[in-house]
Amino acid sequence: MAIHPKEHRIILKYADEPGYTPDIDCYMKHGGYDTLKKAVTMEKKDICEEVKNSQLRGRGGAGFPAGIKWSFVDRKSGKPVYMICNCDESEPGTFKDRQIVHKDPHQLIEGIIISCFATECAKAFIYIREEMPKGAEILNQAIKEAKEKNFVGDDILGSGYSCDIVVHRGAAAYICGEETGLIESLEGKRANPRIKPPYFPAVLGLYMCPTIVNNVETLCNVKHILEMGAGEFANIGRPNNTGTRIWCVSGGVKRPGYYEVAGITLGELIYDICGGPKDGRTIKAVIPGGSSMKILKNGERFKGKDRDGTEYDWGIEDIPLDYDGIAAAGSMSGSGGMMVLDDTVEIPVALANLMAFYSHESCGQCTPCREGSLWLKKITTRMVHGEARPEDVDLLKSVADQIEGRTICAFGFAVAWPVQSYIKKFEEEFREFAERHSHADVDRTAAKELACNL
Amino acid sequence: MNLKPETLAEIEEAIPKYPEKRSAVMPLLHAIQKDQGLLSNGAAEWVAEKLGMEPINVLSVITFYPFFRQHKIGKRHIRVCRTLSCAMSGGAKVCDRMLSEFDTKLNGISPDGEVTIEFAECLASCGSGPVMLVDDELYENLDEAKAQEICNRIKAEAVQA
Repeated sequence: MAIHPKEHRIILKYADEPGYTPDIDCYMKHGGYDTLKKAVTMEKKDICEEVKNSQLRGRGGAGFPAGIKWSFVDRKSGKPVYMICNCDESEPGTFKDRQIVHKDPHQLIEGIIISCFATECAKAFIYIREEMPKGAEILNQAIKEAKEKNFVGDDILGSGYSCDIVVHRGAAAYICGEETGLIESLEGKRANPRIKPPYFPAVLGLYMCPTIVNNVETLCNVKHILEMGAGEFANIGRPNNTGTRIWCVSGGVKRPGYYEVAGITLGELIYDICGGPKDGRTIKAVIPGGSSMKILKNGERFKGKDRDGTEYDWGIEDIPLDYDGIAAAGSMSGSGGMMVLDDTVEIPVALANLMAFYSHESCGQCTPCREGSLWLKKITTRMVHGEARPEDVDLLKSVADQIEGRTICAFGFAVAWPVQSYIKKFEEEFREFAERHSHADVDRTAAKELACNL
Repeated sequence: MNLKPETLAEIEEAIPKYPEKRSAVMPLLHAIQKDQGLLSNGAAEWVAEKLGMEPINVLSVITFYPFFRQHKIGKRHIRVCRTLSCAMSGGAKVCDRMLSEFDTKLNGISPDGEVTIEFAECLASCGSGPVMLVDDELYENLDEAKAQEICNRIKAEAVQA
């Protein structure tokens, strides 16, 4: 695919180049593993310092600074430290890790080994979701190649440091993307997330040992930070939002896909890069960072004050496309999975589709989430089937409000935020939809197709 | 348990990769499911014995994860994504076409034994939706015509086999 001039490709620099293949020879021809060779000659603490100074924030969802996360690792216990690469990319709307793993797996491996070296990890695991079965094969092959060249395994490049990488295949449970659920799963159990405190992975992680869990894109960035230096990396994008980000766009745009960008607005991504809405359509709303993030309505104004006191008043297209920009608009950049909803999409039906997803994916550990998510599915489903009750819109909100903040992990927020935000911004549409669909002669075909299997 | 030699080899190779044996439960289940087509109670007992676990703890893993199964399926496993991005681009129609072409119902085995068609949650290829997995192969940017082609191919391959 052609690369849009507004893209700023670092991680995906070679991924779509004609003739670029996922094998180690091709990677090394493009300078691959040169950064690892440099890293093993450096002081470990200097690498950690570079990552901290780069202000790199986690690309998985929460956006926590990676360097700070590394610094939390408990060094006093004397237990081995483990590294886990979270490649359980499960948030609907997100498909960036797939590009990296399938097209440039050695970049990830180099990032992992540099990170492991810097943080003195004893072993690394890549937890990959089973919906990408080829990805696991590609990674295993890449690790084998890297071992042959002594980039992975014993006494890496004569440094005295040894580290193996194990690819662990999941089995299609969304909750494994939650870091403590992932750890439970990797220990051979159900992926029921652990409560924090005390189970912060940096202290009590895998096998109750200190553990670092980082996203695929985050670990790839480590390589580039070391290559270009923290200062140069921090100059990309806005302060506190440094580096590029791979945005995945799906739904109602002319050119859906993955785009690596920095320092642009949401409007530049959707209209310039993705070509705007499909012919004859208009954009109704945008879910900015994966399906659990709060929805942004086209036409609303996003107002507030920056930290430095300057006031802003944005339309949806003006929102800076980064962590702080989207947070200032009342949502989150999450995993970078952007869903664009055009005027053909009925919001209550989109919600019904997602509630089927979340009720399916709740691990079932906490009552508010297990029971609440099923009720949210039940109520939105009956709305689609024209059986809504007069109290249903309020009931949806009430159920969501009782899940939020009352669960062990952030899944409770993930299920509540769509409900709360869709109703807040589209309440009239919910009531109108329920009324219109209460008539026996209404055509439900489109709604049933979008709700999908309800 | 009558496992193929290559499955046994895969199992023996998987266990020492982990600092603790129990972590190998998922790789073992993947290997056995591929070998046997499903995970029986006998398989849970076998894995438990192998890893020094209680069978109930293996069973609790099998029943938690959507891609582990305790029932038989058709020769080809077809999973159509149903989550929002694919649904917005027409996933439901694609699935309907597959079902009618194989004269079968969702989650069942087609009368010719060839396929089991299911809806799956997000397959992480939202930008090229609707998508589906046919066994390990991902098909993207589908519509009814492409779904038809895939059906034809599966049927042709079934005749050859």
